[in-house]
Amino acid sequence: MSEVLRCVDVARTFGALRAVDGVDLAVTRGARHALIGPNGAGKSTLLRLVAGGLRVTRGRIWFGGRDVTRAPEAHRARLGIGQTFQQSSLFRSLTAADNVALAVQRRRGRPWLPLPQRPGWAARVTELLGLVGLESRGHQPVHTLSYAECRQLEVAVALAAEPQVLLLDEPAAGMSADGTARLLDLLRGLPPDITLVFIEHDLDLAFQLATEVTVLHLGRVLMSGTPAEVQASDEVQRAYLGAGRRGDLFITEPVTGGGDVAART
Amino acid sequence: MSLTTMVYRPTEARLDWPGRLSAAAAVVTLAAAPFFLAPYATTTLTRMLVYALLAASLDLLVGITGLPSLGHAAYFGVGAYMAGWIATNATPAAPLPLLAAAVAGGLAALAAGWVAVRSAGVFFLILTLALAEIIQQLAESWQPVTGGSNGMYGIPATRLGAEPLTHVAYLHWYVLGWFLVGILVVWALSASPFGATLRGIRDNEPRLRALGYQPYRYKLAAFVAAGAVAGLAGGLLATQQRLVTPTDLGFATSALALLAVVIGGTGTIWGPCLGAALVVLVRDSLGPSLGGHGPLVLGLVFIAVVYALPRGVAGVRRPRSRRTATR
Repeated sequence: MSEVLRCVDVARTFGALRAVDGVDLAVTRGARHALIGPNGAGKSTLLRLVAGGLRVTRGRIWFGGRDVTRAPEAHRARLGIGQTFQQSSLFRSLTAADNVALAVQRRRGRPWLPLPQRPGWAARVTELLGLVGLESRGHQPVHTLSYAECRQLEVAVALAAEPQVLLLDEPAAGMSADGTARLLDLLRGLPPDITLVFIEHDLDLAFQLATEVTVLHLGRVLMSGTPAEVQASDEVQRAYLGAGRRGDLFITEPVTGGGDVAART
Repeated sequence: MSLTTMVYRPTEARLDWPGRLSAAAAVVTLAAAPFFLAPYATTTLTRMLVYALLAASLDLLVGITGLPSLGHAAYFGVGAYMAGWIATNATPAAPLPLLAAAVAGGLAALAAGWVAVRSAGVFFLILTLALAEIIQQLAESWQPVTGGSNGMYGIPATRLGAEPLTHVAYLHWYVLGWFLVGILVVWALSASPFGATLRGIRDNEPRLRALGYQPYRYKLAAFVAAGAVAGLAGGLLATQQRLVTPTDLGFATSALALLAVVIGGTGTIWGPCLGAALVVLVRDSLGPSLGGHGPLVLGLVFIAVVYALPRGVAGVRRPRSRRTATR
């Protein structure tokens, strides 16, 4: 399998703080790549560096074989890097459908067109709202949606841009168990040609979805590997729990069906 | 009705039947006004249309793009001077002075916007004010062209064919026609995919950038479009008054336009038009009878609207999708 994203010796400092300190990361095309690590490990900063919202202090970032280290965020988005944010970042006075439409029209429409139109891509908006379970909420302004609905809409907006790589920063944060299960189903059902790189503190969720895992600690890569390799690592245990026992971090029996390896925080 | 059973249409492009009927009734009433109003009242109504178009163009910036300009009268004034200059030195034949006014307003906005739209918030407010002050100083000091502080006076009446437009009613219909063209342009921009992008900038510019948009270009285009429509409104002012002074592009005019937008309701286009009508009514009709206390009344109206109608006059009637909190 080919690599879609590669970071080489990527670093970002804020004053004296080394938030990301020489990270090497390789993401396989079509992978579900989890970024895990304790608070302050540099996960969100690394995603922002990949998306272009922050500039690297050092290192290079390649996307689809192209060096995008100096490319602005909007350019990277047009190349195919999509993202959702830790805090909901939507167009709050617009309706849910208009939020999705803004993303769709950038990709399929003509955002410069100065005349009203019946968009040819209208069905795509309906389809995306249906995909995240918001088909009956399309006419609602975003500020009237619940927190969980906003998180679902975030995913719909990100998918509307038709990314090759979708960066998800804690997509399930603050969601109920039901909401999390729905989100997991949604992410599992995404086409295999969309590569996911996601941060998730809920290790149960992370290991159910991930095909690759990178563990960050204090801005550095502690280890990368398959979920099974990461779960077996004593180094990861120490990073998360100090001298704790493996059973405190990972549950050996699956929580939900499908034989997935489950974990808990 | 759920979206699964209907085709998505952008919210702002939907014009419901009550809205269409209200718009049609307003146009008919405005067109019929010279038949039942005295000439002075008709002249005031015509001036309301001029300032309404200025306010609508400012709404494109303030309400739709989220760029609060304090110097929008600069492009209005540039348009007025250009229309006056063309009518005096080239031809007063319609519609050349007005087209030149719109182009001049747009070009002035392009030059100023190239600098201004790089900033945001209070910085944008101050920058637009400073750039407008520069343009006003230019108008006051460029005596041979603008007439300096005395202004440009004796502008020839616009000629429609061989006829000069001096009759109050004909002038009113001429201004009304171009007012409708200007409003149609602003509405089309607002309801188009371009307008949707501008609303995205207003709500969340970083998110829009993360979707691949380049907001600077859209903001500059909106600034130029608003400047061109303001220039057209300025051309109408020169056509009606046949006199342009530096006051027309000064801070007081910019502030009145902003006041009209806030009173009327930002982002609605028709709300700022109503706001402008109210502002002109208080300033020109009620003001003189209040012993020069018109601005005081406007201030009180502003405070009352901010407290009682935070979304402006237009907020009294909002589209269903905006009013409905939950289904």
